[in-house]
Amino acid sequence: MIKASRHIYSVSEITQAIKGRLENIGEIWLEGEISNFKTATSGHFYFSLKDQNSLIMAAMFANANKGLKFKLEDGLKVICFGKVDVYGPRGQYQIIIERIEPKGVGAQQLVFEQLKKKLEAEGLFDLSHKKPLPQMPFTVGIVTSTRGAAVRDILQILKKGASCVDVVIRSVRVQGEQAAGEIVEAIEDLNNFGKLDLIIVSRGGGSTEDLWSFNEEKVARAIYNSGLPVISAVGHQINTTLADLVADVFVETPSAAAKIIVDQKNSLLAELADSKHQLNFSLSETIGELKNRLTGLTHMLKSPQDRLLEKQQQVDELFAGLNYNLRHSLEMAAERLNSLIQRLGALSPLSILSRGYSLSMLLPQEAIVKDISQIKPGDRLKTVLHQGFFISAVEEVFKHEREIDV
Amino acid sequence: MKEKSTFEEDLKKLQKIVEELAGGKITLRESLKKYEEGIKIAQSCSQVLADAQRKVELLMKKDGKFSLEKFDDVDLEEK
Repeated sequence: MIKASRHIYSVSEITQAIKGRLENIGEIWLEGEISNFKTATSGHFYFSLKDQNSLIMAAMFANANKGLKFKLEDGLKVICFGKVDVYGPRGQYQIIIERIEPKGVGAQQLVFEQLKKKLEAEGLFDLSHKKPLPQMPFTVGIVTSTRGAAVRDILQILKKGASCVDVVIRSVRVQGEQAAGEIVEAIEDLNNFGKLDLIIVSRGGGSTEDLWSFNEEKVARAIYNSGLPVISAVGHQINTTLADLVADVFVETPSAAAKIIVDQKNSLLAELADSKHQLNFSLSETIGELKNRLTGLTHMLKSPQDRLLEKQQQVDELFAGLNYNLRHSLEMAAERLNSLIQRLGALSPLSILSRGYSLSMLLPQEAIVKDISQIKPGDRLKTVLHQGFFISAVEEVFKHEREIDV
Repeated sequence: MKEKSTFEEDLKKLQKIVEELAGGKITLRESLKKYEEGIKIAQSCSQVLADAQRKVELLMKKDGKFSLEKFDDVDLEEK
């Protein structure tokens, strides 16, 4: 019975049968995570899709993957559309993918993230590459649409706050298919024009799609390659574009870009005023110091003379003191001398004689007669008087009984 | 268009003068000279910044050649 009913398939036959069955599933949507991703030289993508428990081989042929904006890579969760197929030579079933999109994030967002990663890895966002803004940009190039709000905002603020700034506008479309190309060309043109200090790349607010041109790789590269510093001022949102990340400075709004320049001008004016103050201060310091030194020097110059005068005065004072002392002592001496002379005068016998007294001496010895008993009649006496003397002879001698007052 | 290079050079010169004068190691004659020069630069730089004669132009390119066209921003401001 077994023999009678048995049908022996060839491998190809059964494969064909399986293929037929599987192909009956038709076109489906499938969700999974990419792994083992490979690009063949033919341009076909081969990878597998898996979830927690299962895995299915997948192929996306070159004609299907050509227009793909984002990059497929391991770990990426995707939703794809295709049909199940069997690859006979390997006895392998797989899904042939026609369309694919990232799961969770929008495709655009993914493109953005992937491009951002790529440019970052290349160093386009490196701080070391960022050019400093000129101290004062006197001529500013603007890449924007002349019909947009951005140009109006920038011009108004510059006119009000920094009217010394000349503006050169390169008008471009800021959204749509051609926008990115025009923006790139405008950045290059403004660089080649050669008379500018700075470029502002700007557009007003809009949806992420509206701002998309500023996320395109060539725009980012044009900004990166710009010789002039670039301020990116795209949109009115917190959404950061790749242009923002590559630019030397980025601000959230066109107005903010103009304000940077106004601020630069104002801080320069303040610096200049400060410099003037410093110059005034320094000069008055210098002069003050010199005055002090001059006063010091004048003092030093004057002082020898001063000291001489001082010494002279001292000498004069000493002299005066000396004179006084000397005169005083001389006067004292003179006085003492006078009194001595007077006293001497009083003691001199001669002065007694002038008052009428006389002095008698016994001749010939000339012994002074002090007592009556020394003489007797017949003695010769020499008697000295005031202004002369005389010789006499004693006739009689009388002796008093007692002393009498003369 | 203003000469940016001149302006920045002037700023540098001014900065140097301010430092020299603050250093106080120069003669009075020199100080006075530097002071005058510094004040002059500061004033001329301030004047350049205060200048209100701005131009707004459109950069056009035809056959690879650039030209500037006056850009009338008056009607923009009235909005």
